[in-house]
Amino acid sequence: MALNPALVGKIYPPTAAYEVGREKIREFATAIGDGNPICHQVEAAQEAGHPDLVAPPTFPFVLSAKAMAMAIVDPELGLDYSRVVHGEQRFEYERPVFAGDTLVVTSSIEEIGVAGRNEILTTRADLETLDGELVARTYSVIISRGTAPSRDAQQPAGAA
Amino acid sequence: MAPRFEDVQVGDELPAQTFVLQRMNLVMYCGASGDFNVIHWNERIAKLVGLPDVIAHGMLTMAEAGRVLTDWAGDPAAVVEYGVRFTRPVVVPDDDQGARLEVSGVVTGKRADDCVEVELTATSAGVEVLGKARAVVRLGAPPVS
Repeated sequence: MALNPALVGKIYPPTAAYEVGREKIREFATAIGDGNPICHQVEAAQEAGHPDLVAPPTFPFVLSAKAMAMAIVDPELGLDYSRVVHGEQRFEYERPVFAGDTLVVTSSIEEIGVAGRNEILTTRADLETLDGELVARTYSVIISRGTAPSRDAQQPAGAA
Repeated sequence: MAPRFEDVQVGDELPAQTFVLQRMNLVMYCGASGDFNVIHWNERIAKLVGLPDVIAHGMLTMAEAGRVLTDWAGDPAAVVEYGVRFTRPVVVPDDDQGARLEVSGVVTGKRADDCVEVELTATSAGVEVLGKARAVVRLGAPPVS
């Protein structure tokens, strides 16, 4: 079953607010092996000119993955999770994510395309403060393997 | 010492790094990121769905490779843009060696606002695991002494 192209431009409701915590930033930095004091020690972050600990650059995915999940399970979209492969990921920052930020994430479907037998789904997630200040934007390209609509009237036996 | 924008030239190489990924690292990343997908810790199911073994999260590979950027710039806040394509999974066997992720980077351009463009190369077992790995990094002004 192919993805529903009418959903391009669909915007999902914002997620519940996520409180970016110092301990989560420390845990995440530790998990990726980043010992930079700016991620661990508030004094070091402030000496570098920041208000608090700085999250490593891929940290927003922790939040945006939850937002993207809304698109992934949306029955209107028609995505089969068993065929999903994460194709690409991109982050664009207005400013860093700091401990103490409270962020809401709004995700949307940017594009639905075809590449050979696969479909390509691009979603965007905007991370904003409660005041509506855009902090970061992330784009995910998800590959749906083998679901591109077929031009043939007859499917070979065994095709999903 | 963090590089100064004035001193950086197109073609400069960032210090390359090798990151070792063992099963424990994947488990830690599952907890830290909230992504508990079984293919990142359960060998039985990973093989059942056709993978050669447990594989690292693409996002973990992206995060590790990103350390070449942040270690060079000296500050995670320096990364203004970062994007990758996931070309091949990093297979992590259940042994004491794990997988080795080799990452290098080169400055490909200089922009206004003290930002440089960087292209990263990331391989594991001789295979490119990240493609089109590009970043924009803002380098700080020299400290006023």
